[in-house]
Amino acid sequence: MSFKLLARSASRLPRLALAISRNSLPLASTYSQHSQYRHHSTKTVRLTAENYPDVKRDPRFAHLTDTDLAFFRSVVGDKQVITDSNDLAAYNEDWMRKYRGQSKVVLKPKSTSEISTLLKYCNEHLLAVVPQGGNTSLVGGSVPVFDEVVISVANLNRVRSFDETSGILKADSGVILENAESFLAEHGAVFPLDLGAKGSCFIGGNIATNAGGLRLLRYGSLHGSVLGLEAVLPDGTIYDSMHSLRKDNTGYDLKQLFIGSEGTLGIITGISILCPARPRSVNVAFLGLESYDKVRETFRRARADLCEILSAFEFMDRKSQVFASRFTGLPHPLAGEDNTDVPDYPFYVLIEVSGSNKEHDDAKLESFLESVMEDETVADGTVSQDETQLKTLWRWRESISEASTMFGGVFKYDVSLPLPKMYSLVDSVAERLKEKGLLSFEDSSKPVADAIGYGHIGDGNLHLNVCVREYAKEVEEALEPFVYEQVQANRGSISAEHGVGFQKKHYIQYSKSPVEIQMIKDLKKHYDPKGIMNPYKYI
Amino acid sequence: MSSKIRILVPIKRVIDAALKPRINKAHNGVESKGVKFSINPFDDIAVEEAVKIRKNNKDLVESIHAVSIGPSKAKDVLRTALAKGVDTSSLVDVGDTELEPLAVSKILKKIQEEQGSNLIIMGKQAIDDDAGQAGQMLAGLLGWSQATNASKVTINDDFTAEVEKEIDGGIETVRAPLPLIITTDLRLNTPKFVTLPKMMKAKKKPLKVVNPADLGLDLENRLETVSLEEPAARKAGIKVKSVDELISKMKELKAI
Ligand SMILES: Cc1cc2nc3c(=O)[nH]c(=O)nc-3n(C[C@H](O)[C@H](O)[C@H](O)COP(=O)(O)OP(=O)(O)OC[C@H]3O[C@@H](n4cnc5c(N)ncnc54)[C@H](O)[C@@H]3O)c2cc1C
Repeated sequence: MSFKLLARSASRLPRLALAISRNSLPLASTYSQHSQYRHHSTKTVRLTAENYPDVKRDPRFAHLTDTDLAFFRSVVGDKQVITDSNDLAAYNEDWMRKYRGQSKVVLKPKSTSEISTLLKYCNEHLLAVVPQGGNTSLVGGSVPVFDEVVISVANLNRVRSFDETSGILKADSGVILENAESFLAEHGAVFPLDLGAKGSCFIGGNIATNAGGLRLLRYGSLHGSVLGLEAVLPDGTIYDSMHSLRKDNTGYDLKQLFIGSEGTLGIITGISILCPARPRSVNVAFLGLESYDKVRETFRRARADLCEILSAFEFMDRKSQVFASRFTGLPHPLAGEDNTDVPDYPFYVLIEVSGSNKEHDDAKLESFLESVMEDETVADGTVSQDETQLKTLWRWRESISEASTMFGGVFKYDVSLPLPKMYSLVDSVAERLKEKGLLSFEDSSKPVADAIGYGHIGDGNLHLNVCVREYAKEVEEALEPFVYEQVQANRGSISAEHGVGFQKKHYIQYSKSPVEIQMIKDLKKHYDPKGIMNPYKYI
Repeated sequence: MSSKIRILVPIKRVIDAALKPRINKAHNGVESKGVKFSINPFDDIAVEEAVKIRKNNKDLVESIHAVSIGPSKAKDVLRTALAKGVDTSSLVDVGDTELEPLAVSKILKKIQEEQGSNLIIMGKQAIDDDAGQAGQMLAGLLGWSQATNASKVTINDDFTAEVEKEIDGGIETVRAPLPLIITTDLRLNTPKFVTLPKMMKAKKKPLKVVNPADLGLDLENRLETVSLEEPAARKAGIKVKSVDELISKMKELKAI
């Protein structure tokens, strides 16, 4: 069984909703808004090579020749070899508009065997390679630094099979997450991962970065849900463990090596993943709180009272809501009677519950909310009354990432920290930037607009976004290694879920011991002895 | 007529507007098992408007009553209406029976009489059957003025209402004295989220359950649904290589 998925499935307009959409209910998707903003910015992105002159092109790597191009064309066909400089731009530039590489060729193979042929060739001819998925990496992992060959898996976009009994989905690595999700929805299942970039990122990219996202609290990490992988090693060897065994204790669990490998070991081409049954009832509450301590207290209570139906617990500071409000132009869900502004509460929380019995789940959520409101742990809040409101409430969390780049760019820090100290990092960074005279929301001559914090409380994961008007060196120097030192002092991780990529390559020692780093290097050397896979990054 | 405005807002519980409805196995209705139900979006707007009218005309509005005709689960949408600022509510519990617009209008007339309402604000249609008739039929039964598809409502001190409606290429404004029926269009307002404290307070507000048999009405349905089918899937388009080919294809299809 094999299904061709459309590039984007967004417009499955329900018939009943037609009466409404005709009259233009605000249904505009996040993504159209986001592209509108991104095309606004006329500033060209500086070359990574110029921005980071200390990083030098590895002279061992060969330069692309016409012979190489001719070979590539013979493997994947003329149309799948992109060399036009306008067309290349989208593959060279990252989502944040922070990094820009200089690749002269993008290859878009259509099968695992084509990838195998391509990689074998690149390995033999010492051509460095960057595997690319949806190019939504937030650490500069998905774009070349110099002239590496980009291999995009965009054309590997088929669902291979879905077993309704076991819930096992087998699919190509280039399937867009949102398409996988809509496919599964039709079959009563859910992808065990959800994140703000779902309309663009690929499931292969998710696995290559070991993405965490909004549902980790409920469904756990990809290390648990991925059952098997198909991947091509640099020498062209195809590693295949696309079986559907939940239990298999024969030898090292090799697929784990690829989960979070960020394109440094090989190219993932196929995925076998366990998908839970789709919850039949989902509801969302959105709360305003007086302090960070109350956020923690609410989480403690939610875990205890909501128990098995709790599926997401996200927190956001007020500043992040101000950004989201400017970006979406929507009235804030907790706005007062007569205005649309973000209210004064310093923190907001989004709680999602999902289960199989609406009456039971609603009753549980209601009694939880009553109890936290009564003793004033929570100051104000609302619950979605319908599906449209549910999506709107999620937007106030999901749009922050895109809103953060509204002024021009963003320095993203995605850290794991012990919960009690998690938020203080945002305050200390904002303070530091103010002291140095770099930050002002109003004064547009300052490079930094604000430092905002939000994230997955349930996973001890903070997103610190330093929203900038331009990528100034002095800002980067004020932030790095300062942020990493703070994280290390609290025994946290400098990359909770976004990975290492280019941005954090030199900071990995803040979270990994010398022994661990050596073991990683040994593995890399073993599987990619010539170092052609995604160089200048990771390790 | 009374010296105060007494508003009645009928609301319906329907399959959530954001979901794709499916035809049931018997092909005589829409599958309702395991599907999320919510307030009909136009009715949500009607509730919002009623509350807004009271806010803008503090001394004029005496009460707002919401009524739903549906199964006992429709209490949920009534509770939401109460949380939004409606004072009292009633549920005419007809179970899973789908009433036709005329029967609905007859019930609403009864409720109007009981409540002494002189302004009825209701959705221009329910998005499940898309009939779009109840408001007009009710106006007929009551012999009241009606202003349909409202995109703006102004209530004057002299108990007249000015109602704007979007029409092709412009706006039509009508004025009528109360009693009056207004049906709502999407652009009338944007319903707000209901805050938790209001939801909690709403639990204490009155919600009366009415047995339709006690109303002494003939509610018999007059229509029989013979069969319900999905519209045929549209054929995919084709790509042509040249203008000539385009023209010849169009000629083939007798489009030019
Ligand atoms: C708006 C937004 C929200 C986000 N939210 C989250 C979040 O909540 N949680 C989270 O964890 N991340 C989040 N991210 C970042 C996240 O890492 C990516 O969105 C996603 O997982 C990357 O998928 P991609 O297909 O875009 O991969 P890319 O960006 O194309 O690539 C990412 C890395 O994986 C490698 N790679 C990609 N495909 C393959 C392959 N087939 N084989 C081998 N290597 C490959 C690339 O070389 C690169 O190093 C977010 C990003 C954005 C833009």
